[in-house]
Amino acid sequence: MLLSNLPALQVVIPLVSAPVCLLLRNPRHAWACALIISWLVLAMALLLLQQVYTLGTISYAIGAWATPWGIEYRIDMAGALMILIIATVGAVTMPYAWRNIQHELHRKHTGVYYTCYLLCLTGLLGIVVTGDAFNLFVFLEISSLSSYVLISLGPSRRALTAAYQYLVMGTIGATFILIGIGLLYMMTGTLNMQDISQRLPEVADTRTIRVAFAFVTVGVSIKLALFPLHIWLPNAYTYAPSVVSAFMAATATKVGVYVLLRFFFTLFGLQFSFNAMHVGEILMLLAVAAILIASLVAIFQDNVKRMLAYSSVAQIGYIILGISLATTAGVSAGMLHLFNHAMIKGALFMAMGCIFLRLGSVEIHNMHGLARQMPWTMAAFVAGGLSLIGVPLTAGFISKWYLVNAALTDGYWPLAVLILVSSLLALIYIWRVVEAAYFHLPGADMHKVREAPASMLIPTWLLIGVNLYVGLDAGLITNIAQQGAASLLGQALQ
Amino acid sequence: MTELLGHYNYWIVIILMMTGFYIVIARPNLVKKVIGLFIFQTSVFILFISMAKIEGGTAPIIEEGLSVYSNPLPHVLILTAIVVSLATTALGLALVVRIQEAYGTSNEDDIHVQDEED
Repeated sequence: MLLSNLPALQVVIPLVSAPVCLLLRNPRHAWACALIISWLVLAMALLLLQQVYTLGTISYAIGAWATPWGIEYRIDMAGALMILIIATVGAVTMPYAWRNIQHELHRKHTGVYYTCYLLCLTGLLGIVVTGDAFNLFVFLEISSLSSYVLISLGPSRRALTAAYQYLVMGTIGATFILIGIGLLYMMTGTLNMQDISQRLPEVADTRTIRVAFAFVTVGVSIKLALFPLHIWLPNAYTYAPSVVSAFMAATATKVGVYVLLRFFFTLFGLQFSFNAMHVGEILMLLAVAAILIASLVAIFQDNVKRMLAYSSVAQIGYIILGISLATTAGVSAGMLHLFNHAMIKGALFMAMGCIFLRLGSVEIHNMHGLARQMPWTMAAFVAGGLSLIGVPLTAGFISKWYLVNAALTDGYWPLAVLILVSSLLALIYIWRVVEAAYFHLPGADMHKVREAPASMLIPTWLLIGVNLYVGLDAGLITNIAQQGAASLLGQALQ
Repeated sequence: MTELLGHYNYWIVIILMMTGFYIVIARPNLVKKVIGLFIFQTSVFILFISMAKIEGGTAPIIEEGLSVYSNPLPHVLILTAIVVSLATTALGLALVVRIQEAYGTSNEDDIHVQDEED
């Protein structure tokens, strides 16, 4: 009974427990509540993945209302992988959050943090499981509204302006998606994604559908911070509390990519998106620009959180590059990088949170000689950095390998060169931090700095551990990514 | 000409949308930006609701002698979207209040100047 209702429980449990966290006056109780829920969500994510792995795509009718009248929750392999990413990052950042939130947030705001965190989790999971286009918009707004609040809780006043800027851009993006969904409904008369994809070919050659496609593409691109619509991201990630940066960098933009995949492959279909609208070429151009320009900008940042934020824009470029090839190999490389980058960026932002706790700053010029005082934190940063660059035996290498292979199979050898060149750019910006922390003489106050507490180090190293494990044995996750891509493209080819 | 006038609901939507969008982009006052965003979202509500209208259709209540009804689904969808937009506007204005407290101004240009000085 419980097992068959997992798709709904996955979303309902964090939603219902969110207000509970707000009512619990004691911050410790609120934290414990959020911690238990996030671990429960992870357990459910693993069970769901196992169900999808053995039984295939799950279709669940909310309130037993038959589709297409009722809302359908639909989880295929790509969705199960996304749920796993969100739930893993959520479960790992929660134990980390306790010390981080105590340090960076005013005491009266801690309840708000845990509530908004659970609401954000609800929204992100909901986007992934839903098979209904309008329901997707509602969940998107739940996750967005709560993430605006999460960002605004940051320690400096610039967090407020960053949240405001994100609110304006995010709302424009979401409204564009709403227009697109409205135009789709106008032409097909249904909101169920499977239904839309079946009815769409008859009306595909109309201006309304083409306009819907354009609105959805631009709207989702704002949400996933595709270059040049990424303006909100660097400020948001720099000024948010460290744990929020880690959680958002690993999940929010990734879910944006998932929404793009759903619209391109499931709703509009491969044929329409890539052959009729030529979105592949546009995406490839923007992805290349993102990879080169954002990597270059990252090199010149002194604030490491801002540097990592620009690096995120570049890494999203890699994911989009894989998708723009529109082949099973390309999309599965993109999905693999989706998972790997979530683990890498989560770990790197968490290492920065450890440094901010002890040092009170994440500027490179304050980090001279830091590695002697915080050896474990810096070792985690180096391990994550190596994975970001794509050194063999790390997760980053695996996804770049598949990406290069996919590009070469399609004959795009300049793309393969580009991936190698941009890896060198990543090496430069990671090296700037390593040089300061390991090879510079410590400043006068450096001896007062201590290693970060275990409650923050262990979660950071857990994500690093996933990175190293995937680097050594990528069989399972590659298999899941390939099945996910096959599920997305398979529907598109029908 | 009749085709242009016949689609007057879309013209209203486009004018409202561009008005809202222009306010968001061009006005430095943060409160006005939120209001612009609200107008922008409202235009989409009108788009949804006007497409539900069927010529000669009545409210979707079963009654004798009536067989053509307007589509009630877009109305329901837009009720949800109105709630979302209300929440966004409230949150945006709340953020402006916090910004006003922290910076002493709600003008974007002045905030930039203060951020540069930090």
